[in-house]
Amino acid sequence: MEWFDTWGLTIIVFLPLVGALLLGLMDKENEDALKRTALAVTGLAFVASLVLIGQFDFGGGGYNSYQFEVNETWIGAINANYHVGVDGISLPLLVLSTFVVVLAVIYSWNHWDEPKNPKAFLILMLILATGMNGTFVALDLVLFFIFFEIVLLPMYFMIGIWGDRSPRKVPGFAKEFETRLYAAIKFFLFTLFGSAFMLLGFLALYFESGKFGERTFDITALTELGAGGAFTGTFAFLVFGAMFLGFAVKVPMWPLHTWLPDAHTAAPTVGSVLLAAILLKLGSYGFIRISIPILPDEARNWAAFIAVLSVIGIIYGSLACLAQTDMKRLIAFSSVGHMGFVMLGIATMTDIGINAAIIGMVAHGLITGLLFFLAGSMHHRYHTREMSRLGGNIKLMPVMGGILAFTAMASLGLPGLAGFWGEFMSLVGAYNPLPGLSLGVFRTSMVLGAVGTVLTAGYMLWMLQRVNLGEPKEEWEGHEFQDVDRFELTAWVPLIVLIVVIGFFPKLIFDSTTDTVTALVEMAFGSDATASARTMIGG
Amino acid sequence: MPYEIDYLAIAPELIIFVTILVVLALDLFLPRPLKYWTATAAVAGTALALLPLALLVIDDQVVSMFDGSYVVDEFAVVLKGLFLIAAYVVFLMSVSYIESDRYYQGEYYFLLLASLLGSLVMASSRDLIVLFIGLELVTGPLYLLAGWRKGDVKSNEASMKYFILGVLSTAILLYGMSLLFGLTGEVTFAGLAEATQGMADQPAMVMAVLFVIVGFGFKISAVPFHFWAPDTYEGAPTPITAYLSVNSKAAGFVAMLLVMYLALPGLADVWAPALWALAALSMTIGNLAALRQTNIVRLLAYSSVAQAGFMLVPFAAAAVAGADLEEAFAATVIYLVIYAVMNLGAFGVVIAGANKTRSGEIEGWAGLAKVDAKLGVLVAVFFFSLAGIPPLAGWFAKFAMFRSVIIAGGVTTVVLAVIAAINAVIAFYYYAKVVKSVWLDDVAGEFPGDVEAAPSGSLRLALGISVALTVAIGFYPAIATFVGDASRVIASGG
Repeated sequence: MEWFDTWGLTIIVFLPLVGALLLGLMDKENEDALKRTALAVTGLAFVASLVLIGQFDFGGGGYNSYQFEVNETWIGAINANYHVGVDGISLPLLVLSTFVVVLAVIYSWNHWDEPKNPKAFLILMLILATGMNGTFVALDLVLFFIFFEIVLLPMYFMIGIWGDRSPRKVPGFAKEFETRLYAAIKFFLFTLFGSAFMLLGFLALYFESGKFGERTFDITALTELGAGGAFTGTFAFLVFGAMFLGFAVKVPMWPLHTWLPDAHTAAPTVGSVLLAAILLKLGSYGFIRISIPILPDEARNWAAFIAVLSVIGIIYGSLACLAQTDMKRLIAFSSVGHMGFVMLGIATMTDIGINAAIIGMVAHGLITGLLFFLAGSMHHRYHTREMSRLGGNIKLMPVMGGILAFTAMASLGLPGLAGFWGEFMSLVGAYNPLPGLSLGVFRTSMVLGAVGTVLTAGYMLWMLQRVNLGEPKEEWEGHEFQDVDRFELTAWVPLIVLIVVIGFFPKLIFDSTTDTVTALVEMAFGSDATASARTMIGG
Repeated sequence: MPYEIDYLAIAPELIIFVTILVVLALDLFLPRPLKYWTATAAVAGTALALLPLALLVIDDQVVSMFDGSYVVDEFAVVLKGLFLIAAYVVFLMSVSYIESDRYYQGEYYFLLLASLLGSLVMASSRDLIVLFIGLELVTGPLYLLAGWRKGDVKSNEASMKYFILGVLSTAILLYGMSLLFGLTGEVTFAGLAEATQGMADQPAMVMAVLFVIVGFGFKISAVPFHFWAPDTYEGAPTPITAYLSVNSKAAGFVAMLLVMYLALPGLADVWAPALWALAALSMTIGNLAALRQTNIVRLLAYSSVAQAGFMLVPFAAAAVAGADLEEAFAATVIYLVIYAVMNLGAFGVVIAGANKTRSGEIEGWAGLAKVDAKLGVLVAVFFFSLAGIPPLAGWFAKFAMFRSVIIAGGVTTVVLAVIAAINAVIAFYYYAKVVKSVWLDDVAGEFPGDVEAAPSGSLRLALGISVALTVAIGFYPAIATFVGDASRVIASGG
């Protein structure tokens, strides 16, 4: 498969975009053909990413060596190239992305939020897929920026057109706005604000690299320079800060998270799923792929600050969850907490922590994705998300209730399910951060993070109790509820299976990530920096 | 010695000149039902003028004529290409618009062609007098064209405001130029560049430079000299507004940069801070004012004020930091080209949309995408491109701008970059407001216009050209960098 080595990634990235163009030419009325084409295209991209796993050389090379690389001139004048490739860190995330999109298409089969229009919705979903897949494979800062930004437009339209139409008070305005309109623009403005500064940071790196040879946007070349200590001092501080803004908004980290509850709650089901499962990861992935390798010394300086924000995010997210009355909003806030664990893992700058972050990202993608699917399906049936009106769900819809119970357990980090590893290991990493980082800060973070896991269990169980248990409310008497239908099952069972499988065999992910992460930490912080992650996770 | 004239080099100007005569003659002799032939002639002539340009691009030589006052180099060729293509698109947009009014078709195209000729002359001008003649030839016909809808009070107001402020700015500009001439005895850029070295501390010289900047400031509608723009844009016929915001603005920009870059590089200490302030003010005030607009054309007017600010950023930043101006010059030309493409498209959809909604209010466009999804997609493409959202062309304009700012380095430039970054976010909000209305809002009752009717063939072609370029440059910006690189080959003549 010689051609796949060079074209594989390009196919995975651009196949959905081609699909979007195809759908654009098709008849709006022919819903079946539209759905089949979308399924075929995303399915092909997923299969291609499976072939990628098959062909991938695990344990090949140190950090900064990529596979399936393509490096072609793109914008010659500024030395920006079409440079793509995968390594052990991006592979799981890329596969997660292609996988979740297929499930989203399947789920959409008979779930269309008002005002329906499957053609437009599927086109947006496919464009989104190109942006997400592209971000995980881009090895050029300009290319990365473009893919990072491409996801904004489809998501803006998804939230804005298919989102929640209930009115909402906005502080500072006398009149009420529809939730979808407020959430869509807020989502866009926050992300745009962050990425404008991120772009300035990228440009600064580009010019600074000119001092060491030809100016370059190439992530691999900049990583080389960064490992050699090229970027230091005030320059590095400003660049890291600028990129931090871009990534932290996307993750999102407290206090830049306020767009998230609105966007997640207002988005249509599939939008929420993709937002939670993939889009948030673009930010944390940026930290691992760009910030740490290119500016290792500065990353060390920022580590404690990031850890503190992460822990605030964990505690704040959990407390906010306890105050929610809306089920979907609760799940949205839980993302703030979970991404806090991911960022805490990254902040430790150790191989354990970064491994934890990656498995945490994958697990959060699967679990919270499933939770949003469930919330959407329940809303579809009850026409409300107010937990005070729900109750006894498991009696009305045994299968749905069962899956909800399972997913909530996974989300609170029950050992044996996927959610456990990320939280547990990032706390372990925080106990023993990179030598030189403040032990006081990180161990306090660890303790507070542990308190956070208790709070997480608290709000998840509380939600289960209010939604699933007890007796159904009177208002539902005489209602016939259809339990989970076949499209829902087809979309959810793979997620459930993976949550269990990864819970028991985290090796599946670690086999891909460990070597690369260890190499990354050694390259960035020297060989004495790697703790005993190997023995711990059996890598 | 008689002047050597390279007829190939000035062939575009000659072709447009002949076209002007042809249009006038046709208008004189054709009966009214056949007047549309004037439009055909104008469109054909503009397209024909692109041919010698293609030859000149291949030829790739610097031709200097009339003692170096008139130079055809790559920079001039590229800009002439831009002016011609933009005018071509404006003609296409005009055809059905003007035909529906049924009067003075011939004069309309005659005036627009004359203005086009002015911009072609201006791109080649390398002394103050030729530059001034070119620039005035650009604006003169536009005073009349802005007031084209005679029955409309707003159109009269547009013309009046534009005329009075335009003439005032011309006077100021000319006064500044005469001071320059008086102090140095030179009119050619090359001569001025030499003579003005080290004269930055002379009060009269400072005054001359500032007068010139104020004069140009009016032409490019930079804050605080922008007051005419929103009213004129709103009142003028929409194709003329498109022309004002693209060709005429680009002409003003090019004139200003030519003078600063070629004639007065020695006085950068004087004009750099002034440009810095113009850039920061234009971006910020243009954007803040645009936020409050409810009319799409007025919104585009303020947006074009803000965009002018963005365009000034590279030059201002580089000059203040004392960095190489060549990079900034290329970035500005790239920005100008991309801005022209997407702004023309934006005005194209305004015309197409107004046919259906009979409204220029943003609220009047609510839910337009529900009845015409194609038009909705075009609105999204052009307005998000203006906002600089990848993968549409606008991102690369912003990118080139930021790039040249960071290349300049220094504290003042970083401040300007941060102002620009914040403004990019503000700008997104009002561009998105239009898209939001078209896509996200519900239709408020019936649209008064004919929603079924497709735009006329020529308007479709205009939109097609714009959208193809907007998307193509967005995905493959090398198209635009080619233009930027070509503009580096600029000869000062003389």
